[in-house]
Amino acid sequence: MEAIYKTPDSMIDTPTHYCPGCGHGIIQRLIAEIIDEKDIRGKTIGIAPVGCAVLAYNYLDIDTCEAAHGRPPAVATGIKRVHPDKIIFSYQGDGDLAAIGLSEIIHTANRSENITVIFVNNAVYGMTNGQMAPTTLLNQKTLTTPQGRSEQCDGAPLRICELLSVVDGSRFIARTSVTSPKNIIKTKQLIAKGFNTQIQKKGFSLIEVLSPCPVYWRMSSVESMKFIDNEMTKAFPLGIFKDWESQN
Amino acid sequence: MTLTDKNKKYLLTGNEACAEAAIQAGCRFYYGYPITPQNEILTHMAIRMPQAGGTSIQVESELAAINMVHGSAAAGARAMTSSSSPGISLKQEGISYLAGSELPCVIVNVQRGGPGLGDISPSQADYFQAVKGGGHGDYHTIVLAPSSVQETADLVFDAFDLADRYRNPVMILGDAQLGQMMESVVFNKKCEPNSFKKDWALTGANGKKRNIIKSFYPVRGELEKFNAKLQAKYSLIKSKEVRYEEINTENADIVIVAYGTCARICKEVLMKNKTPNIKVGLLRPITLWPYPSQIIQEISEKVRAILTVEMSAGQMVEDVRLSVSGRCPVHFYGRTGGGIPSPKEIIRKITEIISVKEEITSAT
Ligand SMILES: Cc1ncc(C[n+]2csc(CCOP(=O)(O)OP(=O)(O)O)c2C)c(N)n1
Ligand code: SF4
Ligand SMILES: [Mg+2]
Repeated sequence: MEAIYKTPDSMIDTPTHYCPGCGHGIIQRLIAEIIDEKDIRGKTIGIAPVGCAVLAYNYLDIDTCEAAHGRPPAVATGIKRVHPDKIIFSYQGDGDLAAIGLSEIIHTANRSENITVIFVNNAVYGMTNGQMAPTTLLNQKTLTTPQGRSEQCDGAPLRICELLSVVDGSRFIARTSVTSPKNIIKTKQLIAKGFNTQIQKKGFSLIEVLSPCPVYWRMSSVESMKFIDNEMTKAFPLGIFKDWESQN
Repeated sequence: MTLTDKNKKYLLTGNEACAEAAIQAGCRFYYGYPITPQNEILTHMAIRMPQAGGTSIQVESELAAINMVHGSAAAGARAMTSSSSPGISLKQEGISYLAGSELPCVIVNVQRGGPGLGDISPSQADYFQAVKGGGHGDYHTIVLAPSSVQETADLVFDAFDLADRYRNPVMILGDAQLGQMMESVVFNKKCEPNSFKKDWALTGANGKKRNIIKSFYPVRGELEKFNAKLQAKYSLIKSKEVRYEEINTENADIVIVAYGTCARICKEVLMKNKTPNIKVGLLRPITLWPYPSQIIQEISEKVRAILTVEMSAGQMVEDVRLSVSGRCPVHFYGRTGGGIPSPKEIIRKITEIISVKEEITSAT
């Protein structure tokens, strides 16, 4: 009998440490499926962040490098410069990429390093128990914004795709979500496009994925998906912000 | 400008010699950020790296630089970054990750005055930071301290081999004086860029077991085991890699312990023989970690006193005291904030120490 759904070859068949309803597991599975479908496991090197995805190498069965908090784009640059023909991607949370690592991501995009970044925006710091992230919505309650995020005190949510799309060196920038089978399929297509951008040596690509953190949103899994669809997408509209293919 | 004739002498600054030696040692990945007094390293790399088929990038910060070194080292290449004191402070988290991930690389610190922005003149005030860890966790970098342009070049060659041999970061600890001055230099040191098998490096898991480069050990007991492995490696390094230069220590009344620029100045004191009634010797540590404790202990059993001279308020002197363990008096003479000890000042200090000692011994 033909298996129509199985653990991807590039994925280790083991329970993850992610909380029920978390988006990290879905996104990492999509990456594994893409690596299998493109048959690039043997030349792919991933960068695991400091954040809930720190143990990504326990699930993705590929060569992996750890990176200090916020520095995956620098580590990816260092690897890519040594192995220009290998496929290098970094996997980063919103604290990692949009707070402590903002400088690295902008300059890596600006140098148009030929790497792919998977940016998981869950609007909180998951690993450190739910503090405000640069992407936390206005009025969203977190451990460090107990009255809700205030624009005056904490600033407004930082829109990374919009920011990076005006950086000359970025080539493919898109935002997507994992709230429905349709959106998950779309996310897979966009991440695959990011890898294609790299394979065709077009330069820097980043795919932002709006992803649920039910635990620190204090919501059920279903409520979390609705929160993304109804609230998060208002601050973070889905879509393609830059595409080398459609620019002349 | 090609500098690759092994029989030829070139007139270069310490910084240029450092950069050139790195390239000739097989370093093909350099990441730097401008800061005086080490800018000539970036400039030299920008010209010479492309000629050698390598990559030299001026990056956005010292944080980016050290983490790019992390990436290139993880990918199996010889990689280097350089900076001066404030920039080296910024790199500390990265150095700790490199040590924790057992990645070989070379980090150059052309020390300047501190704390804070300090000034751009020579200093040795980053000794503690360099040899005691600097970043977080129980780790060591191998620290090499040249005292001439030629030795800077030679130690850079050695640094890359040591880094690969022990899978450990190696630091070259120079200063503004050594980096800026010009001397003749030959690049003929033996070095073995291709003799280290890096089967742990990240190349993609093509037809082999996949590799993971990490320093994270969340399962109880794993980290302690890993630290024990690191400590065993450090013990091995301590037993095999200590280096020093010893001058006139036989029958000396007093032995000066000094490294780098200060050791050069102290050599002058010895050569000028301005203290005809006092026999002065010099012990110059070349490795600051591992520290030449054993030889200092042996010396301390034979001399009347030891004098440590530094461009700091007294940092290396702590390791001298630990080595001596009370076997003889340990004195200190230091200048800070761009002050450089002069031979005259050092001679005055020596005479002071010996005559005071004389008075005490004659009184008892
Ligand atoms: C230099 C440094 N600062 C702080 C931390 C603590 N820390 C670990 S993960 C994290 C935030 C992670 O949030 P995010 O990047 O959004 O990832 P998530 O867990 O939400 O997926 C922080 C602040 C650290 N490890 N290193
Ligand atoms: S804390 Fe949030 S992001 Fe982290 S594993 Fe749990 S649900 Fe996922
Ligand atoms: Mg997050």
